Amino acid sequence: MKRVISSKPPRERLFINARILDPESGFDGHGDVLVRKGKIAKIGKSLPRDGAGRDFKIIDCEGQVLAPGLVDSRVFVGEPGGEHRETIKSVSKAAAAGGVTSLVMMPDTDPVIDDAALVAFVRQTAAEKSRVNILPAAALSRGLGGSQMSEFGLLKEAGAVAITDGRRTVANAQLMRRALTYAGDFGALIMAATQEPSLSGGVMNSGLSATRLGLPGIPREAEIIALERDMRLVAMTSGRYHASCLSTSTSMDIIKRAKDAGLDVSAGAAIANLTLNEQDIGPYRTFFRLSPPLRHEDDRLAMLEALRDGSLDIIVSNHDPQDEDTKRLPFAEAADGAVGLESLLAASLRLYHSEDVPLLRVLACLTASPARRLGLKCGRLAEGAPADMILFDPDEPWVLRDKDLRSRSRNTSFEGARMQGRILRTIVAGRTVFSRTPDHA
Amino acid sequence: MSSDNQNLRIDETAAKAFRQPPFKLDHLLGIEGLQPFQITHLLDKAEDMIAVSRQAKKARPRLEGRTLINLFFENSTRTQSSFEIAGKRLGMDVVNMAIAHSSVKKGETLLDTALTLNAMRPDLLVVRHSAAGTAELLAQKVDCGVINAGDGAHEHPTQALLDALTIRRSKGRIEGLTVAICGDIAHSRVARSNIHLLNALGAQVRVIAPSTLLPSGIEGLGVKAYRSMEKGLPGCDVIMMLRLQVERMAGAFVPSLREYYRFFGLNAERVALANKDAIVMHPAPMNRGVEIASDIADGVQSVIFEQVEMGVAVRMAVMEAIAAPGETTT
Repeated sequence: MKRVISSKPPRERLFINARILDPESGFDGHGDVLVRKGKIAKIGKSLPRDGAGRDFKIIDCEGQVLAPGLVDSRVFVGEPGGEHRETIKSVSKAAAAGGVTSLVMMPDTDPVIDDAALVAFVRQTAAEKSRVNILPAAALSRGLGGSQMSEFGLLKEAGAVAITDGRRTVANAQLMRRALTYAGDFGALIMAATQEPSLSGGVMNSGLSATRLGLPGIPREAEIIALERDMRLVAMTSGRYHASCLSTSTSMDIIKRAKDAGLDVSAGAAIANLTLNEQDIGPYRTFFRLSPPLRHEDDRLAMLEALRDGSLDIIVSNHDPQDEDTKRLPFAEAADGAVGLESLLAASLRLYHSEDVPLLRVLACLTASPARRLGLKCGRLAEGAPADMILFDPDEPWVLRDKDLRSRSRNTSFEGARMQGRILRTIVAGRTVFSRTPDHA
Repeated sequence: MSSDNQNLRIDETAAKAFRQPPFKLDHLLGIEGLQPFQITHLLDKAEDMIAVSRQAKKARPRLEGRTLINLFFENSTRTQSSFEIAGKRLGMDVVNMAIAHSSVKKGETLLDTALTLNAMRPDLLVVRHSAAGTAELLAQKVDCGVINAGDGAHEHPTQALLDALTIRRSKGRIEGLTVAICGDIAHSRVARSNIHLLNALGAQVRVIAPSTLLPSGIEGLGVKAYRSMEKGLPGCDVIMMLRLQVERMAGAFVPSLREYYRFFGLNAERVALANKDAIVMHPAPMNRGVEIASDIADGVQSVIFEQVEMGVAVRMAVMEAIAAPGETTT
């Protein structure tokens, strides 16, 4: 599909002295990367330092990590309809600062992105205002109503990268069955939320913590039942299916079994569910009210195991901007969700620093794996691939402050958190869209 | 059953150093987190307040000139009156805000309401709200002391204190007693506060309810769960009934009220299963014939109306502990 960055990419940039990490090939070594006209032209040791034309610059990476830009497959944006929470422009700034070079925008907007014209609107707005690639996902059901299929063919033709009802679970099994069947004809990917609505009336994980806080719980079975049902439907229809955001240990077993059975399924998890648990809610902190809810530590550990063994494919920010009106409320009355684009890499690196998941595997779940699943060419450092890259220091310590966030909403679960590892530079199509140092190249 | 006899009072921590502990209570948001000596101190203080309410001149103007605001987002005539009377007996100016009928309907948020009231410089804010954690949230935003008068299914600390005072006055102690809390545990803030308090003071706590009304992981709070009155009541010194919220039950958590009463209602046969001198408690208002038989509610073992009296005393003690912590009990 057409690239959405508006102006022409710079002609030549040479990134020298980098620790190159490419999760797709598993390469981890020292070298240089030459970028020409927005694409990676050459990767190697000691590439010639003299450029061909006038628009040529050398960027010294000083031994820091150069990796593919992050691909975030679950991001909620306020525009259109909720611009006070987040606009396409503000989400792009946040993404650039977080090292996210491509993001999939969920269709839960007002109006809902359920029509080819609205997909075109998002792409047009993104082309004008965004520094990163914003890839719209289209609604599975018209108006997210959960009853009538939207026009998958036309939506895909207009540029929708996936079909999803966003944060809503498709409760109607017949609709899900038809959607999986019909989407197969267009090779479209169904991305599904998996929270059985009739069991999801609570506001946090069901269990002792919820009982102690006097809050209604969401049992793990709400997710397990929805996911099991979908696995049966995938087996029945041979559809392409991605579970957007899982949270329980049993879900990991279900996905593993489905993959072993040869189904075309993949699974994602939000970084919050991989790094936090229900105890973090503490005294009713609404910024930890998330969907799916933060669950027990045993669930978190099982998901880390699944990340290592490959059952879990993708890490997402689940970026969901909410303003004070929806968050500064009693816990049970507040909205779900937290922003996450700007903390995605640093929070993910916690899994590496804690020695739970190897660095290349963490990066693969943030780059190559989602790119491949969405059919994108990015997410890798290879000659001919788009020059969407990040430069980061995997070790720099810093403290996240909500006032420093570029997102229009500041509902982060990581306020005051100590982080290790920080983005230095974000490059989209060879152009630096974010840099911690002022020398924009 | 109730007794005025002060000699019955046995202190869990009898040493003098513990009797007037140097702690400051900023708020009373819940029982969880209070130390046993703090609970005992509040109960001792409440004992002194009982006498005030039994005098002809019911005044102990320690908090004269201070302002108490009753902020009730849920209607509760009894609890609100109890706080109002407690405040007035301490000499406070009491303002009742019937929020359910005013600003919330106009779209004002909870925090706006709280900040508005805060600007009027009250000394104490008593808050009841249907959402768990509300008292905690308000306490972070206002400058005065906050007393939780019930937040969702979380806590109702003054109810647990008044229950403990009632038990202590009738049994002489709390440590070592076996207490059964019966009914809708899942939605009950009274049950949670009582569980925390009774455990802190060394009682054995049982909860008795149909499984649909037992919240997930309840045994983690240190109680033994029973699914039948016949199994749970033998050996109990205290039977604490909870109010069944009739409007939300039928068909959803229990099939019908008559079925509930048949298996979980407290009647004479079931009271007889407990220890002979067991007391029967209920936080009121009661649903006679749903969770409790009329003859039991009015029977000799019932201390239900003493609970109401202790409510005023306990609330006076809590108000003084927060608003005038330096002053000792008499």
